[in-house]
Amino acid sequence: MILLRRVGARLGAALLVVWGAATCAFLVLQLVPGDPVHAVVGSNALVSAEQREEIRHHYGLDRPLPVQYLAYLGRLLGGDLGDSYQLQQPVAQALAQQLRPTVELAVGATLVAAVLALAVTVATSGRAHWPRRLSGAVELVLVSTPSFWLGIVLLTFFSFRLGWLPVSDAGGVASLVLPVLTLALPIAAVLVQVMREGLLDALRGPFVLTARARGLTEPAVRSRHALRHAALPALTLAGWFTGTLLGGAVVVENVFARPGIGRITLQAVSGRDLPLVQGVVTLSAVVFVAVSALVELLAAAVDPRLRPATGVPAA
Amino acid sequence: MTSPPSLPPAPAPRSVRRPRRGATARTAALPPPTVLLSALVLTLFLAAAFAPGLFATAGATDTDPLHTLQAPGSAHWFGTDQLGRDVFSRVVHGTRHSLAIGAAATGAGAALAVVWGLAAALSGRLGDALLMRTADALLALPGLLLALLVMLVTGKGVTGATIAVAVGTAPGLAQVVRTQALVVRRSGYVEAAVGLGVPRPLVVLRHVLPNTLGPLLVLATVTLGASISTGAALSYLGLGAQPPTPEWGAMLTEGQGFLEQAWWIALFPGLMLVATVLTVTVLGRWAQDRTERRAAS
Repeated sequence: MILLRRVGARLGAALLVVWGAATCAFLVLQLVPGDPVHAVVGSNALVSAEQREEIRHHYGLDRPLPVQYLAYLGRLLGGDLGDSYQLQQPVAQALAQQLRPTVELAVGATLVAAVLALAVTVATSGRAHWPRRLSGAVELVLVSTPSFWLGIVLLTFFSFRLGWLPVSDAGGVASLVLPVLTLALPIAAVLVQVMREGLLDALRGPFVLTARARGLTEPAVRSRHALRHAALPALTLAGWFTGTLLGGAVVVENVFARPGIGRITLQAVSGRDLPLVQGVVTLSAVVFVAVSALVELLAAAVDPRLRPATGVPAA
Repeated sequence: MTSPPSLPPAPAPRSVRRPRRGATARTAALPPPTVLLSALVLTLFLAAAFAPGLFATAGATDTDPLHTLQAPGSAHWFGTDQLGRDVFSRVVHGTRHSLAIGAAATGAGAALAVVWGLAAALSGRLGDALLMRTADALLALPGLLLALLVMLVTGKGVTGATIAVAVGTAPGLAQVVRTQALVVRRSGYVEAAVGLGVPRPLVVLRHVLPNTLGPLLVLATVTLGASISTGAALSYLGLGAQPPTPEWGAMLTEGQGFLEQAWWIALFPGLMLVATVLTVTVLGRWAQDRTERRAAS
């Protein structure tokens, strides 16, 4: 019963966020100047008043605003994001087609960033000071590096100078390497900064002394006892992390001329394809909520104190 | 739902929990060398922004058809681009444009955050909930996506990009202002002022507002780096400053077409961008560290 209520509360909060983001997008897009009909047919096309009315009617633009809003929410519940102004297809379909490359990019970057961050954290939390100093400097530079420039530098060096990797998207794993690195390196740098702080803190804890006194080896102390504590603060960054991934996808996909959600987002903004923009906003809110839930589960797996009570009172 | 704004979070201040051994009164008074170096670099950048003529050897749009795509050398330190323009001079002239977008956006965002946060803290429960849930919803969107959304309304260009970045930074800063205002509101001196019969608007202006500005200023400094970066990103994506303006992000877009023949066109504007964000971040974190240390002691 308690579990059911918790799930219900989470679901309600999640719906609230998605509803809020969708409403914000709807309201903001009402402020966009210019006639949406121009976005549909292009600003140079000659449209008769009759055709104009027909187009406005097709997209429901001839109805009063509250009715448009309610209709929009109603369609949203059914997973219908409306029709794109420019792609001649439903928004949901357009997004679904572009989802794969972006998911590949995001998942790849997440894995690379996590593995890299873990390795560097453990390697630089020893007793020696200089690895930490060196890594700290590299982290600071990476955190300050905009992803579009990082992508350009990697492209110049590995694709044009050395010729190891393809310049633009040619399909296959090789063309994924540089985009994934571009997205992953700054994320990894932030994760290392937070995790090392946590690990060093944990290593000073009394339980580490106990573990050492029990005769555990140093690697065992670190991996089994201390590392958990380092992972927790990193997991609280979920919101920042999701935003970086999605915003980064817009930039990285444009640097490397890859197809994907980020590319289509920029097209939609440039072409004033308002239904498509609304769809992207809603999608990113859903992703945000999903990642938050996933991270909460992950945090409970790492930290037993965060697991929900099972309803059995402790003796 | 209390996600941080879309800037890299600073690690917890080291000194609060772990006093460094051997830190004497002298080292405590003098900022660390990295901070001093950052301050020096930032001073140089500010000089370049206000008086580009001090450093630049040519105008930002002076073309030279006889010397296009020249590699960096003694004549052109950072080389020349496809139109024979001196990349070093363009980078110097660009300092003004790139810093201006970030600084103006942070300033406007902070001003918006003050109004937003104070209104939330001082209005009733319903107003507070409405304003802060709006901030939450906006923070759920990636910063860049929010900026793109705002650019739909404002249109392309430098002004539009500045407004977009400002709106993107405001919700996170507003949360800080509100939290601080709630703390200050319960403090003795505010109660005393209210008790003495000082009118409410005057209490807000004279007592609550000044005491919320400190934390806001510190966080705004940390945000400044991210704002400069986002502004340049918008220009890189073709939505902010437009060529031939020597804005660093716009220069990167131009240079990306020549990566194979002339890597220097895209390298140097980016390097300047990194240096700027780096110095601002170092200074911002130092200020954050200091205020938190002072609050802890």
